[in-house]
Amino acid sequence: MKNPLDSLWGTVISGLILTLILYFAVKCIL
Amino acid sequence: MDYVPALARWLHFMAGIMWIGLLYYFNFVQVAALKAATADGTAAGITKHVAPRALLFFRWAAVVTWLAGATLLGGQFVNAFTLQGGMAAIGVGAWLGTIMLFNVWALIWPNQKKILGIKPATDEEKTKARRVAFLASRANVMLSIPMLFFMAGGLSHRGVFFGM
Repeated sequence: MKNPLDSLWGTVISGLILTLILYFAVKCIL
Repeated sequence: MDYVPALARWLHFMAGIMWIGLLYYFNFVQVAALKAATADGTAAGITKHVAPRALLFFRWAAVVTWLAGATLLGGQFVNAFTLQGGMAAIGVGAWLGTIMLFNVWALIWPNQKKILGIKPATDEEKTKARRVAFLASRANVMLSIPMLFFMAGGLSHRGVFFGM
């Protein structure tokens, strides 16, 4: 599998997915 | 004293813009420019004159950003980093920023020193250093997206995003 960080789009999409994951995780904590 | 957090916030913004601005410059502009410049034999202009200066401001802006952010958290510093006392959202932003600072000083800068010839390295070491520095830099771009979300909405706007 290709590393998503090798492309700019892959990097940005990974960042957006991570944002969603962390958002719901923090929402559970608060 | 209200002046300290107010000035810390100002400094945090200015240094943060310089840090993340240069990070985006490296990833969105310089990587592709260097590839094209290598092809036409003009890469030295970037590697000798641009990259070392950009890296100087980049790594020290990262330190100033973190210190100003820590000052801004003040008495809530421990609560933020332990994700307690309603500080979980800004705390996640602070953790992401801290991981990014670590990447700058432990992975990007030591490997860039080998790539740019500031520190002696064999061709094999340079090839490895290029890959590590590239991935650490790209990881920081990825982390910057949630980091900026939690910085922007994790404290002053937490009511909007987290309903508190």
